[in-house]
Amino acid sequence: MAVLTLEGISQEFGGLRALDSVHLNIEEKEIFGIIGPNGAGKTTLFNIITGIYVPTEGKVVFNGQVLNNLPAYDIARLGIARTFQNIRLFSKLSVLDNVRVGSYGVSHSGFLAGMLGLPSSRREEKKVQVNALQLLELVDLADKRYEYADNLSYGEQRRLEIARALALEPKLLLLDEPAAGMNSTEKEELMRLIRKIREQRQLSIILVEHDMNVVMNICERIAVLDYGRKIAQGIPEEIKNDDAVIQSYLGAGA
Amino acid sequence: MDAIISQYIDAYYFRILILIGINIILALGLNLTTGVTGQLSMGHAGFMSLGAYTSAILTVHYTVPFFLALLGGACVAALFGFLLGLPTLRLEGDYLAMVTIGFAEIVRVFFLNFEPGGKAVGFSGIPQDTTFTLVWVLVIIVAYFNYKLLHSRTGRAMYAIRENEIAAEASGVNTTQIKVLAFTTGAFLGGLGGGLFAHYMFFIEPGNFGFMKSIELLNMVVLGGMGSIPGTILGTVILTIAPEMLRIVQDYRLLFYGALLVILMIFRPNGLLGDVRLYDIKKRFSRKEVKSWQS
Amino acid sequence: MFFEQLINGLTLGSTYALIALGYTMVYGIVQLINFAHGEIYMFGAFAGLFLVAWFDINIFWALLGAMAFCMLLGVLVERIAYRPLRGKSSRLSALISAIGVSIFLSTLMALLRGTNTTRFPQVMSEKTFHLGSVELSSLQVIILLVSALLMIGLQLMIQKTRIGKAMRACSQDIDASSLMGINVNRVISFTFAIGSALAAAGGVMVGIYYNAVWPYMGTMAGLKAFSAAVLGGIGSVPGAMVGGLTLGVLEIMGVAYLSSSYKDAIAFAILILVLIVRPQGLMGQKISKKV
Repeated sequence: MAVLTLEGISQEFGGLRALDSVHLNIEEKEIFGIIGPNGAGKTTLFNIITGIYVPTEGKVVFNGQVLNNLPAYDIARLGIARTFQNIRLFSKLSVLDNVRVGSYGVSHSGFLAGMLGLPSSRREEKKVQVNALQLLELVDLADKRYEYADNLSYGEQRRLEIARALALEPKLLLLDEPAAGMNSTEKEELMRLIRKIREQRQLSIILVEHDMNVVMNICERIAVLDYGRKIAQGIPEEIKNDDAVIQSYLGAGA
Repeated sequence: MDAIISQYIDAYYFRILILIGINIILALGLNLTTGVTGQLSMGHAGFMSLGAYTSAILTVHYTVPFFLALLGGACVAALFGFLLGLPTLRLEGDYLAMVTIGFAEIVRVFFLNFEPGGKAVGFSGIPQDTTFTLVWVLVIIVAYFNYKLLHSRTGRAMYAIRENEIAAEASGVNTTQIKVLAFTTGAFLGGLGGGLFAHYMFFIEPGNFGFMKSIELLNMVVLGGMGSIPGTILGTVILTIAPEMLRIVQDYRLLFYGALLVILMIFRPNGLLGDVRLYDIKKRFSRKEVKSWQS
Repeated sequence: MFFEQLINGLTLGSTYALIALGYTMVYGIVQLINFAHGEIYMFGAFAGLFLVAWFDINIFWALLGAMAFCMLLGVLVERIAYRPLRGKSSRLSALISAIGVSIFLSTLMALLRGTNTTRFPQVMSEKTFHLGSVELSSLQVIILLVSALLMIGLQLMIQKTRIGKAMRACSQDIDASSLMGINVNRVISFTFAIGSALAAAGGVMVGIYYNAVWPYMGTMAGLKAFSAAVLGGIGSVPGAMVGGLTLGVLEIMGVAYLSSSYKDAIAFAILILVLIVRPQGLMGQKISKKV
């Protein structure tokens, strides 16, 4: 059963048609890759799914619910989490706090409960803390939990963003170029991490990535975008040999 | 209680300490909006004014008991904060700053024309119900609740909005709601401080709550440390005492404030204590913590 | 009567438009509300005043002199208080710095000149023109003409020159522009310079029109001009022009037909209304965020 369905998604900015009738179905527990040249519309697609943009045409359906016009925070609370192409951490907050904020969408203590220190709030705080530490353990950042987020190295920051996204207990995780700027060792670890996340948390993952090695290795299915249109979709083997894809993107060195 | 304390402290310092206390309450309110949530509010004096006049009118014209009047003033201020914040904070951008300047001006002009408030001549005859004890008890209460709030889920969300609003939304935070909450609470505290001020000074006039007052309060938050409770208190103490000590250079005060803001932003944007967090202390102990947790 | 008020409104509105242009151009490129812009306007008025009072020169030379002076002032402010913060600091820091500059400049002038109003010396003989049944003063005609000329000149510059193209590019995507080889720093300084020059012109003309110059005239005018820029659509140059004129007319009409004691509230009320009903203003487009 498809977890996420994009039906005929088109997006126009002024005169520019950034996306043109894109159809996608993401299955449960699948690791799905989206590749394409720069400007093909990949991040725009993410922004539409997460509610930052409202699509000019088309429908986004998540577990049977139409997401169009829902505010971004509601979509997050429904179980879609993401990381950002240009890292968006809470720089002056600690690593631990970054992850704790990530769980905002699934926790409930209100303004008064927190201020008055009601038992329900205190219980929830403990839970949030434990979960956050577990996630930090998962991404191997537990020993840096009290560091300011902007003191971390680039690779560590990317891992922190993933931990924060997981705090939302998502059913769908969107990773926007998570391997960007990493060296090959870090990329290996990242791939291991992504597989581990999928196993442990039984969620679906959509990955936008430029590194073909990463994409071909961990994605089970891949869609290729070019100039806002989906030009190919299939398993990695198929994509590697698809003429249209090779022509537009992979080039002679594929 | 006051009588006992005033026996030990010289009347001049007694007065300064009361003013410091009132300013701390005002500044903590502004800190919540601007320091913690990152929404620049330039009209805090407007809320102070609303609280002052409302509470004064209640006690003088309607013989409302003091505590109720204080509460009334704070609630009126909060109401206006809510009404102002809702349309403005919906939008991403820095509109709140300009809107609050205009708001404070309108409030000032309003009270200049407001008959029951005495118009330009001002409002006198306000019962001096504000005591040293009351002020400092309130300071402790306000600081305590601020502390609880900032260390709660809602407080973290407020900081997150300051740091990166889009990422906060992506984590499930209804940023508009939280921004309005911070602004309204800040306004409430502004009104509370205003009420205390009015019932200490015995006399108020619209000029007390002008743009300069808003700037003074902003400076207290910015200098001390944005988003930090001890920082705000420190900034308030420094900037309440300094003008008293430097009475001679009274006229140059604003010049100094203006330059101070620019210099702070360039060299130490988080103020004196903004970068010093409990984290640094915790870090020193965290190594021991990790060991025991892992075993 | 109506047409006279309309002319009054357009005259006032032209000055708002000249100031609003500075706000909107700077915001379009660096997303900063230049709080100190009102003070530049005020300094322009004083500069014009000094040039006329001390050197007894023709008002048009004084106008140009004031514009030149404020160009320098605007560039200086940008260099000292805003550039160090660009990129590395939060928007909040830049805003606070701008406020600091605003306070510093207004207080400086207040210390130098006192807070009282100074009268502008008589610079031209007042004649009255008649357009049909409507009376116009020569002063109004001059203000309308000069403002129109400046605004047309600005539009031409933005649309037809290389630097204008660079400004447009920067306001759309500053990173891409810099990658394309545009010297972004120079464009930003230029934008501040032009905006300041226009504000200075507005200041001088207001000084003459209302025959009053005082250190805090920039605060209110700045707030109103900002409202005008938002009304027209912040970031849009034609929007600032339209917004300024509209606000001027609405303000004068409001005073004439409603009440005069809440004159200053009109601009503020419009600001709130625009933000509630149509935040992108009359001519702005819905801003899509870059995520």
